[in-house]
Amino acid sequence: MTFYSPVITNAKEAAESEKLHLFKYVEDPDQPKVETYEMHGGYQAWKKVLSTMSPAEVIEEVKKSGLRGRGGAGFPTGVKWGFVPKDSTKPHYLICNADESEPGTCKDRVLMERDPHGIIEGMAIGAYAIGCHLMFIYIRGEFGHCAEMMEKVKEEAYARGHLGKNIYDSGYDLDMIVHTGGGAYICGEETSLLNSLEGERGMSRIRPPFPAIAGLYACPTIVNNVESLATVPHVINRGAEWYSSLGTEKSTGTKIFSLSGHVNRPGNYEVELGFSLKKLIYDPAYGNGIRGDRKLKGVIPGGSSTPFLTPDMIDVKLDYESLVEAGSMLGSGAVIVFNEDTCIVWAIKKLIHFYRHESCGKCTPCREGTGWLEKIISRIEAGQGRPGDIEKIEELCENIMGHTVCPLGDAAVMPIQSAIKHWRDEWQYHIDQKKCLVKSEFAF
Amino acid sequence: MILTPESVQRIKDKLAQYPQRKSAVLPALTVAYRQMGHLNDDVYREISQIIGVPTLEIAEAATFYTMFPKQPVGKYLIQVCHNISCSLMGADSLVAYLEDKLGIKKGDTTLDGLFTLICVECLGSCATAPMMQINHDYYENLTPEKVDAILQQLRSEA
Repeated sequence: MTFYSPVITNAKEAAESEKLHLFKYVEDPDQPKVETYEMHGGYQAWKKVLSTMSPAEVIEEVKKSGLRGRGGAGFPTGVKWGFVPKDSTKPHYLICNADESEPGTCKDRVLMERDPHGIIEGMAIGAYAIGCHLMFIYIRGEFGHCAEMMEKVKEEAYARGHLGKNIYDSGYDLDMIVHTGGGAYICGEETSLLNSLEGERGMSRIRPPFPAIAGLYACPTIVNNVESLATVPHVINRGAEWYSSLGTEKSTGTKIFSLSGHVNRPGNYEVELGFSLKKLIYDPAYGNGIRGDRKLKGVIPGGSSTPFLTPDMIDVKLDYESLVEAGSMLGSGAVIVFNEDTCIVWAIKKLIHFYRHESCGKCTPCREGTGWLEKIISRIEAGQGRPGDIEKIEELCENIMGHTVCPLGDAAVMPIQSAIKHWRDEWQYHIDQKKCLVKSEFAF
Repeated sequence: MILTPESVQRIKDKLAQYPQRKSAVLPALTVAYRQMGHLNDDVYREISQIIGVPTLEIAEAATFYTMFPKQPVGKYLIQVCHNISCSLMGADSLVAYLEDKLGIKKGDTTLDGLFTLICVECLGSCATAPMMQINHDYYENLTPEKVDAILQQLRSEA
């Protein structure tokens, strides 16, 4: 008896839409079967690429589409592929990053559970573009059911000739390994992922060299997010021009937003980039408003590493540029909604505990700084805050920000800095009165 | 030998896939964890024999990854996500409810050895919160009624 609950999606809307594509078939229970995937046009892009396109043409098409990495950084996918040296004699590797663990993010999991062949097809096209003959999917250890699914559909793909030797008589060989991790958030960062895949502790590497030059086993390696790769077959099938007509000028295409926290309909929603955050939270087709008719207190728009927005700021478009302009980031597209009953110190205590726990320990500012921050924030939350604690937190944040090898340090401090900026009075109240301004008591 | 012949074979199959043998460390640890429910020095030695990587390097990797318990746990390892999205949906009260129902505090194991209760970081179940993972399965959108039914079911299966 298990209670895996089907997460809410807007698959119905996607099925009828000319624009949405990632979620078109995610409510079809037969979609993970290779026959169903093929019936829906699956592996046509892979066939087209192998029979009619050169690797350079594939890279050019993806560049023209404007597709940007969906894991958090938003770097253009085609540009990244172009960094792999053309004259290298070493093997090249493509890795699909399925170490989904940014708090609030639960989108890649839906693709693995419900449209896994789309990921394999996207990986295959990416592999061909960079001259790779062995590709990996690195799945977080806790997603055992996703790993089982990917293993199963990988076998199907081999059996139908989509993977293996001399695919579709093209002379191209491609193999795939499904790899599982050990539950470390840091392994979603690409250089830590590489160490982990090599059987080491998941600690970040200093760049340069960048993975595209010296990645897995010191060979040229590209690491792409699940959603980015799942998008690639659609770009190939329908063309870069079609894809770049979706979304905004600089943030093209669609994006899956994981909506969680105090909304009536938490779920995963595929929308065009540039979609209204307010609409995502309040429209009955999406979040359907704040739970229990409470007022909104704040929103984290791009996963727990991105700065808070206050209610007067949510009239913002969900795209890379607009969110930066609003003082936050699109990140992984995980929208976390907080109602007025949330104590901000309590919420930040939860977050800093996470970053302290997940810091790999390599860089002193992150290793020591997150621990120190957790101590101070926990004591404020417990009613034992001292005068000067807020300033001490700010000073610690400044000393972590920009001073670490990988972005985990920055990720830890950005929500804290914004929480102090927006709700400084509430922090001060907590220290002075030795209690919460509002008590976060949420029943389940 | 701690590892069963099936586990050993599974580790060998994994090892055969990789261009470099050390990449099989995490897959091997996963196989061992699935069989034993936890990891220890003895099993690092056995894995070392199978994949040809020094025991120390296996221990070095294993101790980094918190998903693998390093001490024996109850038959059912209850892992409640206490990260932000689940907390907003009542993870704190879920933990209190489980502590009450099991008669233990978080971090402890019931006297009959059936249940260990711990809190873990985000499990990617944010839109189906609150949730818990018991051994390898997810239990999502939890309510007190669902938790009662799950515990009852597990007790009857034990």
